[in-house]
Amino acid sequence: MSDFWSLWIIVLTVVVIIGCIVLLRACSKNNTGVEEGESMGHTFDGIEELNNPLPKWWSYMFYITIIFSVIYLALYPGLGSFKGFLGWTSSNQSVRTIEESKQAVIDAQAEGRWVQYDQEVKHADEKYGPIFKAYADTPLEELVKNEEALKVGGRLFLQNCAMCHGSDARGSKGFPNLTDDAWLYGGDLATIKTSIMNGRHGMMPPKGGLPIEDTELEGLAEYVVKLSGREHDAALAAQGQGSFMKGCFACHGMDGTGNKFMGAPNLTDNAWVYGGSRGAIIQSIKNGRTGVMPAWKDVLGEEKVHVITAYVYSLSNK
Amino acid sequence: MMNHSQPQGADYNYTVVRQFALTTVLWGIVGMAVGVLIAAQLIWPQLNFETPWLTYSRLRPLHTNAVIFAFGTSALFATSYYIVQRTCQTRLFAPKLAAFTFWGWQAIILSAAISLPLGITSGKEYAELEWPIDIAITVVWVSYAVVFFGTIVKRTTSHIYVANWFFGAFIITVAVLHIVNSMAVPLTMTKSYSLYSGAVDAMVQWWYGHNAVGFLLTAGFLGMMYYFVPKQAGRPVYSYRLSIVHFWALIALYIWAGPHHLHYTALPDWTQSLGMVMSLILFAPSWGGMINGIMTLSGAWHKLRTDPILRFLVVSLSFYGMSTFEGPMMAIKTVNALSHYTDWTVGHVHSGALGWVAMVSIGSLYHLIPVLFGHGRMYSTNLINVHFWLATIGTVLYIVSMWISGVMQGLMWRAVNSDGTLTYSFVESLEASYPFYFVRFLGGAFFLAGMFLMAYNVIRTVKAPKDSLPAIAEAKAA
Repeated sequence: MSDFWSLWIIVLTVVVIIGCIVLLRACSKNNTGVEEGESMGHTFDGIEELNNPLPKWWSYMFYITIIFSVIYLALYPGLGSFKGFLGWTSSNQSVRTIEESKQAVIDAQAEGRWVQYDQEVKHADEKYGPIFKAYADTPLEELVKNEEALKVGGRLFLQNCAMCHGSDARGSKGFPNLTDDAWLYGGDLATIKTSIMNGRHGMMPPKGGLPIEDTELEGLAEYVVKLSGREHDAALAAQGQGSFMKGCFACHGMDGTGNKFMGAPNLTDNAWVYGGSRGAIIQSIKNGRTGVMPAWKDVLGEEKVHVITAYVYSLSNK
Repeated sequence: MMNHSQPQGADYNYTVVRQFALTTVLWGIVGMAVGVLIAAQLIWPQLNFETPWLTYSRLRPLHTNAVIFAFGTSALFATSYYIVQRTCQTRLFAPKLAAFTFWGWQAIILSAAISLPLGITSGKEYAELEWPIDIAITVVWVSYAVVFFGTIVKRTTSHIYVANWFFGAFIITVAVLHIVNSMAVPLTMTKSYSLYSGAVDAMVQWWYGHNAVGFLLTAGFLGMMYYFVPKQAGRPVYSYRLSIVHFWALIALYIWAGPHHLHYTALPDWTQSLGMVMSLILFAPSWGGMINGIMTLSGAWHKLRTDPILRFLVVSLSFYGMSTFEGPMMAIKTVNALSHYTDWTVGHVHSGALGWVAMVSIGSLYHLIPVLFGHGRMYSTNLINVHFWLATIGTVLYIVSMWISGVMQGLMWRAVNSDGTLTYSFVESLEASYPFYFVRFLGGAFFLAGMFLMAYNVIRTVKAPKDSLPAIAEAKAA
């Protein structure tokens, strides 16, 4: 804020507050030239106005709110760029990245400033940190047997993961079901943790980027239906197999069982992220699909991700 | 003392007052009916009938616009045109322009009623209407200002009555608020983008939003109160000096209060602090109006037993006092941390909107309608009484249910387990709110039912033969 605007705010604020005091004092005395309790002498459509004094309790209340406000504005930021005697701020307001945020916390500490948000985070870390530290020190293989840890993980899941994967973790269109045995990138503990920590970016280009004609889509979809072990039109599926061999196998494998290394779905397990109907399959092939799972390591931290991993694992490994 | 004698009625322009008075009742029913429907949708979502223009998201702005700008503002047009003539002892300035404000305003209401359900919106709360309608509002509003201030200028009284100070402040400020907040870059006829961005946009929006409450729904209706309370009570205004302090302090402070809508957001700390302290200082000036209104009844308290119109006015002042106490409290950051984004806010708004704005308007209309149509009283005083109880019970059901549900939501959202994780998910707090949503729906239905009684009573009064509704002779002191 420039000095001009800072001064502008200070002057306007002070004028309004002092103006209130002046007005209140002026009207507390009877300067009307009319006896108290008498009519002011003007009539409007039959309505008269009496010259009664201001109620005392009301005037005091007015003064008290003003005194409170003056003290508040002395202690806290409010008067332009004056920071207030407490040196309090709600947060490090100009940060834009996680790096800047971390640096700002260190700077504020070094300068002895009271940043409310930092203080609350610090307080929470002190109070709850040891709980998660203990969990983080427990290998995942053991943690999945710890009922209490799974409860904590479940709550973290509800507050952070459920908006996409659902409260019951069964996912929805575009968001994988976490309760079945179908894993795009692998369902072992280490892989689940990696997926949560670093996120995933799943990408299927339109038609896999292959020279596939629109006329081939129906057959191709029929072949995918066949791969998933459902009833199908054998002749149409045979046609589709030809298209499949144009290159789909590069990611999805010769037998259609996918490739967990690159997150290419297994087409034979009849589990579908974007729907398994012929129409949905055609849409997926024709337009491609893009799915993003965000990285949580900077948001929740590894200790919490560790506990969530145990919970997610427990969903399909009762 | 005061008399209720018929005015030199022929001297005043009542046509536009009559028109606005009747549309107030009509738009009141429409706006509140939409409100009851969306309250029901929150309990039974299937009531949107899978129809886009019947969904909550489109009907909610229709409800707020209809009650604020169709019902509330029509009431303000009617009463300000009436009061300014009678307290200035002169006919309305520029009668053709006054007629234009009526038809122009109705056209704006109609365009809102069509464009909002179609999903055409600027996305700014209480300022959803798109830019062509915004321009029309500006034109009508400036015409309103010309008619109103023109009438003040040609007054035959020496002073300007306090009610007109409030109407004047409301008309000028709403013009400024509307023009500044609606500044936008048009893209097509039905889409524009705000001229402001980020935190500045949010601040301009809530500077507008809170002062729509402060000047339209508070100052304007205080103007109404300052005429109809002394008139209906037949008593002089309690304190001229109090009206001076609370008027100037109210308008000087209200304009600062907007930032309390943006506590704990990206708004700079200094802005939040200023918004909070000014909201707090605003408490006493707000109560000045309530005290002046209620104390005006000194010596006339017995009339409350027999006069349901006076009861409407006095209870509206009580709700006004309650919500103007609640508002500054909710503006304190610590309280706001609990109340913000919960149903408490919704309850607070409705204790103002139903308890204050609607009830003072209803009371004033019951006083006004017989005068406008040349009768001594309304068709049925009993129906007014029933309406009073429906409105009061409805308001209480509404705000009490929202208090409980709001505080409950605030507590559930902040509850944490021993490991620091949140105890409840959002959906759990929503599920816990359902019983209160039902009570709120019931409260709204009560209030709406009262409005239907009012419509019937008004129609019977308007259609009554001449001299069939004589004024009830005032009971002589025993």
